[in-house]
Amino acid sequence: MPSICSLRGNHYYVGFTEFISYGFIQRALLAGTLIAVLCAVLGVFLVLRRLSLIGDGLAHVTFGSVAIALYLRINPVYVTVAAIPLVLLSSLGILKLTDKARIYGDAAIGTVSSLGIACGILLASAAGGFNVDLFSYLFGSILSISSTELVISVGLFGVVMLVVALFYNDLFAITFDEELAKSSGIKTERINAVLVLLTALTVVLAMKVVGIMLISALLILPAVSALQISRGFRTTIAVAAGFAVFSVVSGIFGSFVLNLPTGGAIVIINIFLFILAFALKSLKGVKGEG
Amino acid sequence: MQVDLLNVEGLCFGYNSMEVLNDISFGVKAGDYLGIVGPNGSGKSTLVRALLGLVQPGRGSITLFGASQAYFAEWQKIGYLPQRLKFFNPNFPGTVEEVVRLGLLAGKKFPKTRTKGDDEAVERTLALMGISEIGRRLIGELSGGQQQRVLLARAMVSEPELLILDEPTTALDPETREHFYGLVRDLNREKNTTVLLVTHDTWSIGKYATRFLYLDKKVIFDGTFDEFCRSPEMTGFFGEHAQHQICHRH
Repeated sequence: MPSICSLRGNHYYVGFTEFISYGFIQRALLAGTLIAVLCAVLGVFLVLRRLSLIGDGLAHVTFGSVAIALYLRINPVYVTVAAIPLVLLSSLGILKLTDKARIYGDAAIGTVSSLGIACGILLASAAGGFNVDLFSYLFGSILSISSTELVISVGLFGVVMLVVALFYNDLFAITFDEELAKSSGIKTERINAVLVLLTALTVVLAMKVVGIMLISALLILPAVSALQISRGFRTTIAVAAGFAVFSVVSGIFGSFVLNLPTGGAIVIINIFLFILAFALKSLKGVKGEG
Repeated sequence: MQVDLLNVEGLCFGYNSMEVLNDISFGVKAGDYLGIVGPNGSGKSTLVRALLGLVQPGRGSITLFGASQAYFAEWQKIGYLPQRLKFFNPNFPGTVEEVVRLGLLAGKKFPKTRTKGDDEAVERTLALMGISEIGRRLIGELSGGQQQRVLLARAMVSEPELLILDEPTTALDPETREHFYGLVRDLNREKNTTVLLVTHDTWSIGKYATRFLYLDKKVIFDGTFDEFCRSPEMTGFFGEHAQHQICHRH
């Protein structure tokens, strides 16, 4: 499997055409773009509903799920798929805890998230420590994405985007005001479940792009950047997707050229985009006042 | 015989051990303009929330358009305007048109796709409310009065038969408030929209409502405003001075 490390000696001599001719780069760009779009689309709903940290919580659960998969010696290619059921269940667990135990969403996220991390640590300890695989899940390894993982990403991208499209109006309604949506006969509990399940799927996919530690950044930052400058809900989603794709593509390219970790590079680019969007908004505000 | 659009029978509700509503019964007929007034904590907003299924009553029944509230599905027949939005995020990036279009979701079947007719209905309602010029603006950028008109437009866009307004003018200045009540009166008189208005403002009730329901955890009075003002029982309940103040503010 080619990696950034194996290219360390000659990366300055690789032109753009050659860069995109590598199979691993093509796979990384395609999977990264699809996952970036998913994170941006769901991120807008989550940020506006003050559920931003659910990505972080589910990422921690993903850590526990990955630890279980590695402990059971599941083929690394299928670790993503193996993690899905537990993360989906945990996302519903967060909703149930909020609803039935009458605790606030952030406390429910914290509870489930701690459970995920604790299970991961216990399993890692029981197995006498894992090899470098776990590290790649924690910090991402998009350049090592396999063809099988790409196929899984394309399939899940299709599923998530189809469900978002089908439930778009209801998701928009609960994002505007959940109680008003409920008074219109919308089954808000069902739509909330759809949103967290889609987020769970996306978090598992995004693990490969930026790693468990930075997933929430890919969910939050494109959305908050887009919210600085966008007018209209659909426009916000489109701008967030644009920011996310730009950050992932330039992050892959930049990390390749500068020999940096891709996940970290993607997040730093997102931070710059946010600063840029915020400055643009502030500039507009100053002009408007003037 | 005219069937009630809304019928409440023996409704009781409490939070923990605190009684909020006790044996509430009343009906609303098509074309009525019912004003519900009462002091703070009298259960007015809880009653509205129970009508809309936002809280489940402990006892009693609610019938909407002849169907039990639990099985009622034709929510497009009801337009609801809350006192304030409970979960509204001021940074919400939706435009006025997008928010008003939300009012059309109740009448749609899955996957609730947008039609050309929806755009026409939104355009028509914005014109009716006199807010066509702000259709492309973001809801979070508007003043309290403008936001309230947008939410009324959202409640009206599906041309509901019953409009439920829960203290809709609390945040409005007197001029905007008067204009708002004028709009609702016109909807009631010209489109025969049934109105259920919850308010502190007895002046508005006296001026616009055709029926008056005084609530204080239970129904104290149900009748016309004139009946209320002439009722010796209400004089006994409120005292002559208070009744005079309520009745002669309009």
